[in-house]
This record gives sequence, structure tokens and C-alpha cells, in this order.
Amino acid sequence: MTAVLQHPGYEEERLQRVTEQLPCREPQARMLLSLMGQPRQYSYPSMFIYGHRASGKSHVMYVLLKELELPHATVSCVECVSVALLFEQVLLSFFGRDAASLLPRCPYLSDFVRIYRQHSSQCPAKQTRYIVMEKAELLRDTDANLLPALLRLQELVEDNVTVILLSEIVWDQFRPNTGCFEPLLLHFPDYSKGELQQILSQDRHPSYSAEFYSSYINILLGVFYSVCRDLRELRHLCSLAFSLMLCLMSSVKETDTHKLWRNIEPHLKKAMQTVYLREVSSLQWEQLQQMEENECGAMRGLSAHTHVELPYYSKFLLIAAYLASYNPARTDKRFFLKHHGKIRKTNFLKKNEKTSNHLLGPKPFPLDRLLAIFYSVVDSRVAPTASIFSQISSLVTLQLLTRVSHDDQLDAPKYKCAVSMDFICAISRTVNFEIVKYLYDFL
Amino acid sequence: MNKRKAQDARQPLGENVTKVWMSPTRDPSSPRAHLLELLRRTAVHGESNSLLIVGPRRAGKTTLLRCVLRDLLEDREARKNLLQVHLNGLLQTNDSVALKEITRQLRLENAVGDKVFGSFAENLAFLLEALKKGDRSSSRPVLFVLDEFDLFAHHKNQTLLYNLFDVSQSAQTPVAVVGLTCRLDVLELLEKRVKSRFSHRQIHLLSSPTFPQYLERVRAQLSLPDTFPDVQFAEDWNAGVKVSRGSLTGRSGEDSGRVSVSKPAIRPADVLEASRLCFADAKANMLHGLSVLELCLVIAMKHLNDVYEGEPFNLQMVHNEFKKFLQRKSSSIYNFEPPVVMKAFEHLQQLELIRPLDSSAAKTQREYQLMRLMLDHSQIMEALQKYPHCPTDIKQWAASAFG
Repeated sequence: MTAVLQHPGYEEERLQRVTEQLPCREPQARMLLSLMGQPRQYSYPSMFIYGHRASGKSHVMYVLLKELELPHATVSCVECVSVALLFEQVLLSFFGRDAASLLPRCPYLSDFVRIYRQHSSQCPAKQTRYIVMEKAELLRDTDANLLPALLRLQELVEDNVTVILLSEIVWDQFRPNTGCFEPLLLHFPDYSKGELQQILSQDRHPSYSAEFYSSYINILLGVFYSVCRDLRELRHLCSLAFSLMLCLMSSVKETDTHKLWRNIEPHLKKAMQTVYLREVSSLQWEQLQQMEENECGAMRGLSAHTHVELPYYSKFLLIAAYLASYNPARTDKRFFLKHHGKIRKTNFLKKNEKTSNHLLGPKPFPLDRLLAIFYSVVDSRVAPTASIFSQISSLVTLQLLTRVSHDDQLDAPKYKCAVSMDFICAISRTVNFEIVKYLYDFL
Repeated sequence: MNKRKAQDARQPLGENVTKVWMSPTRDPSSPRAHLLELLRRTAVHGESNSLLIVGPRRAGKTTLLRCVLRDLLEDREARKNLLQVHLNGLLQTNDSVALKEITRQLRLENAVGDKVFGSFAENLAFLLEALKKGDRSSSRPVLFVLDEFDLFAHHKNQTLLYNLFDVSQSAQTPVAVVGLTCRLDVLELLEKRVKSRFSHRQIHLLSSPTFPQYLERVRAQLSLPDTFPDVQFAEDWNAGVKVSRGSLTGRSGEDSGRVSVSKPAIRPADVLEASRLCFADAKANMLHGLSVLELCLVIAMKHLNDVYEGEPFNLQMVHNEFKKFLQRKSSSIYNFEPPVVMKAFEHLQQLELIRPLDSSAAKTQREYQLMRLMLDHSQIMEALQKYPHCPTDIKQWAASAFG
């Protein structure tokens, strides 16, 4: 189906092996090969390859460089927290340990280039050397000179070296202010549905027929394709749900696709809410399926554990903070004063307050307002002791409140409430407080 | 022979380019002759000079300098005399690193085995001493080439630049300081004292060829030189080049990348293909790979942008807008749980298609963080046209003016 890659300068059988390992990435591999040229020719100084997650960027580079046995250094920018690590890794894979040990403790780019030049003049490149940088978007956060220098490394070290940057983000977001050497841009397109199916059906269970497995994948893609196109995620789900499928299989024949679909589809939909969001770990999910009678998803996932035990006054403080965050200050009088008179909602609608506050998010409020609301929602008389104030600050450390004003501002600090509606409803139920009656949005 | 040709076509450029577009050395007004004359006066007669070569990126600044240096070194006296120091603003990021590099390149006595001893101050004093001791008649001239000159101007106090220009102004060792930069306002970056010591000699390389000139350059760039061993093939190739036309450097690299043993000539179709690759909109490419849910969120953001005139939005608003669309539509295939929507939203953020307004991510809840869309209207609509199997109702929703 796919034509074997051909390029002068490389052995046929190696290219054959490369082709086998790169399903659906053959045009990209051919493009790369023609840009790389023969091993001893100079290649373009830098290339920038972008594409979605799991579109085979690193895989294609890895297979090409490994199978064709080209000298290369693969560097992940996540691991290289300092440039020293980066330089060391490159020198290590090109010139061995002695070169890497020559680097001073905190090397400059200039040291790296000097050592590289020294060694490359001793053993000049017979083949193009490749430096592959994965997750190149992190290079932008390091030293401002690093990215422009890497892009023209071929010129700086005067050696046959090519830098290949892999990233998920487009090149426009990389370009420095004063410009730089423009790399060749290559795009790895996303896999289409047919290609995904083809790749996913490669790792089928040998004891089942190919048609059966591909119809299973078809069902799986039907559920997940509109949400997720990440090959790795789909593959993970695929292998997980297959065991579940086998449990259900006992009553159904292999060829009866319709029945199969009816049986497995609801389970897959549930998997989207549990496994896909990592609410339930994949191990737990497998265990659930062992216990047949237990409906999967009945187990409480991570996000169901939102209930937090708080002291009595902390609960009221949090409720007061929520009310202060989501109600406009002008309505406080109406909610919390005894003889407020009748004010209709429409009377104090302002032009920019038409949208609900639960859409815009919490607003900051001063400490005084929090305390005033607190005293009016708590039934008993509470003294403003140190314990009340320390409870406020411990709510901040628990990240249930956030402090908006600067840390050094001791008088009249401002806060925001950072809990969700469900959470505060659960809290107010435990203290028999009907919070919905006090919320302006739900009037 | 085909094989050898394919290799030759990929040889580094440079040579051809300069041959075409730099007017010959004899014309005294050409930048090449000007620069050569200046450097020769330093190398042979011991004059001190400073000069800036200014031009946009890829205008051939380095190539010009390299050609001139090659011409200069053909002169026996100049070759014997001249010492060269090459510095690059990208590599020598501060003055002490630059100073070490200078000492190393000048092979000064205290630099033993590539290890430089002494502090920055000692080093500078030593170097200045060495430069001051010399005079016009006896000491060898030094040529300083500062690539990415504008980056040197960002060093603290511009000490290095000050000292270099100072030496070039006073009667000490003859030095020539040649800076290469792409910033037109580079003189504004210099401090007053540094600026006053600079000779204000500038060469501007602002080449804007007319279209016929451009074509001529492309042809010369792609043609094989006369020295090519297989004369017959070179003739065929050059005749083939006259038919097809491409762009310089970047694209011609891609062009000749496609030439192989089976297809020995460049065809117009190859050039078209290369230009299609070059001019593809990267963001549209990325939009093409989004899932349907992510695309829906992008459309919702577009509507929010239209209604609220570019105000920032948060996830709640986007989800609300999306829910409004779902309510109007009877079928509920896109009825996703909020966490699934959140995951899609975060993926968009990871791709930097949306950007947080302020970076204080820890302070606000994720669904209330204010965002801005980094795409414009036409990009979204265009991507929607190209999207494979785009559901019709989503297309209609995107086209409708009010959510």
C-alpha cells in the first residue's frame, strides 16, 4: 500500500525497515529525507516541525535517525532545566565523555561553541549531525540568546550540524523581537479517522479476528472521536475497554456488530466521564469490571471527594465570603438589614450587570464587608476574637479564599472566594442555612 | 553524473549570490570596494577605523564581509600583518566572556592552554596595556568583527564598546571595528560617550531588487557554475533553470531537495509545491486537527468576541454560549459534561490558541480565568471550510451573526 522510501545514500533495507515502522507518516518521512539529503551533504541549518500532540513528530525523527544510524542527540527541553544540562547532553552524544567534562560549572553559550569547535576540528563530521529538541516551546523561557543561536548553530560552529525543533505551538509565537534565522517550517498534519483506525488496529489481540477488532475500534472512535483525537489517549482507552468488551462478549457472537455496539456503547460513554478525565484510575476501572455486579462509575471518583470538614465558624465565614463575592455590594442592605423596605430587582439593574455574576466569576471584597455579612448570618453573638481572624487566614492557606491585595497591605485586605456553587451549597446545608435565598442571581 | 549533480545543487550558497549582486570591486561607490579600501588602510597603512554594516536579515552582511576579507587576505602584506578577532553578540553575552574570547583569539601570553587567568579588571587592564603599548608604525593591526552588534550595546555600561572605540580614536595600536547589525536605529542604542567615539561610517545594505533583477538572481542562484565537470549536463540543467523560477535561499533549498536521480530537472510544479508549503497558514493547520468539541468552543469564543467587542472571556461564558447553541438544537449529541469541556478548553490553552490575560493562574479558579482568543475571524471561517466532515449545524452556527 505505501511505497517504500527511496533516497540515494542510504541502504535499501534500512529504508524498508523505516517504512514499516511509520504507518501513515510516509509523506512526512519522505519530505524529511529529501531535506536531510545524503549523510555527507550539508543539510538546512535548522528545521521547525510542528503538529498536534501524538502526531508522530518525535517518533518519526527517532525512527529515521535510529534506523539510518545517523549521529544525533535528542534533548528534551523539559529535562534541561538549565542550559548546562543541554550542552552536556549534546557534547556527550557527539564527542563522548571527555568533551562533556570540559564544560565549566556554569557554562555560557560561548563555552559550548568553543568546545564544540575544538572537537569538531579534531574529528570533523563525515555525516550530518542532528540535534533534536523536543518540546521546543520551553526554549522561549530560557536565556533570550539561546533560541537564535541554536537556529544558526551550523554557522556558529562551522560544522555539518542541523538543529531540529519539535513543538506543538506554531512558529509565529516563537519569533524573537529582533528576528532571527528563519528555520524551515514543516507541518505534521493530524491523523484522519481512517488513519487512526488503521494505526489502532495494529495492536490487536492475536486470538481475535481482524474484522472483529476493527469493528470494535469503530465503535470506540464513534464515541470518542468528537472529543479526543490524541492517538495515545485513544490507544490507552482502547486497551482498557477491550477487557470489558470481552466480559460482555460471552453472550454475543463475534460477527454480530449491532448487538456488540448496543452492549458496549453505554459503558464507553461512562468511560468518557471517568477514565478519560482521570477521575478513576485505569487500575480501579479494571477492578470494577472484575466485580461484575458493580456498575462502573458507581465508585466515587476524585472530584466526588469535595466534602471538607470545617469548624462551625469557618463554615459561616466561607458562606459570608461567597455571598460577598457573588452579590453586588449595593444589595447587602436588602438582604441583611431588617427594615429595608421593598426594592425590586429591576430597580437596581445597571447596564453592565445584566449578565449573572456566576458567569463572570467572584469579585473581590474588603475584610469589613466579610465581617459584616458574617455577623448578620450567624445567629449567636460572636466576639471578634483572634481565632476568627486566624480562621480567615487559614481559609486562605487552604485555598478556599484567595487574597487579592498585596501581602504587605495589613489594613483592609481584600479577598475573593474560590469555591464552587456545589461546594458552598453542601456546606450551608450542614449548618441549615439556605444560601440560595440570599444570592442575588437566583432571586 | 546525475548523482554528483544532485549533490552539487545542494552546496551552500554564498558564492553565487555575491557574484551577481555586488557590483565589481573597481567601482569605488560599491559597498564592497568601500569596505575593502577601508580595511586595507587599516591592514597596510595602520589607520584606525570603525564602521557599521546595517541591513535587514539575510541581506548579505556576513557574506559581504567574508568576501572582502578573502580579497584582502590575497594581499601578502595584509595577510602577514592583520590579526582578526571575531565576536558574536549571541555568544559573548557579557563583557567578561567577550574579553576572555578576545584574549584567546589574540593568543596573549597569559592565556595558557586556553585557560584565562585573572579577573575581569586585570584582564581588561592587561589588554588595554597591550593595545596602548603599540603605536602606528610598529604593532600589528587588529580587526574586530562584532556580529549582532546591537546585542553588545545591551552590555552593562557598554564597557567593551567604549574601550574598543576609544582605542580606535587614539593613537594606539591600529584597530578596525566592524559591526554587523540588522537594527536601523542602532546608533540610538549607544551611550553618548560611545557614540562620540564612533566614526559614524555606515554601510547600508538595503537591497530591493526589481522583479526582473530578482528573476536574474534566482536564475544565477540555481545555475551550475562553469567549472562543473560534466559540461553537457550543466548546459541541460541551466537551460532547465531558465524555465522554472523560485525564491532565493529558503525555497531553493526545498526545490533542489526534491530533485532526485529519477527526476533530474526542476519543474514548475515543484516550485508551486514548495511555495504552497512555505505560505501555508500555520494556525489554520493547527485548527484543522482540533476535535469537534474544541472547534465548537472556538466558535463560541468567536461569537463572544463579536458580541462583546473583544472583551476577554472565561470558560463559564464560553460554556454558556455553547449551551445556548445546544438548547436551540433539538438533538443532544454534543451534550458533554463540564469537566470534558474543561479538558478541551485547557487543550486550546496549551496550543496557545487562547491566552490568559494575566499570569496569576494560582489565584483564580480555572473556570473563571480571563482569556483572550489569539485567532481572527477570517482564520476561523477559513479553517471551518477546510475542516473534514464538519457537521452542517455547526457550520451554520458559526456563520450566524448572533450566537
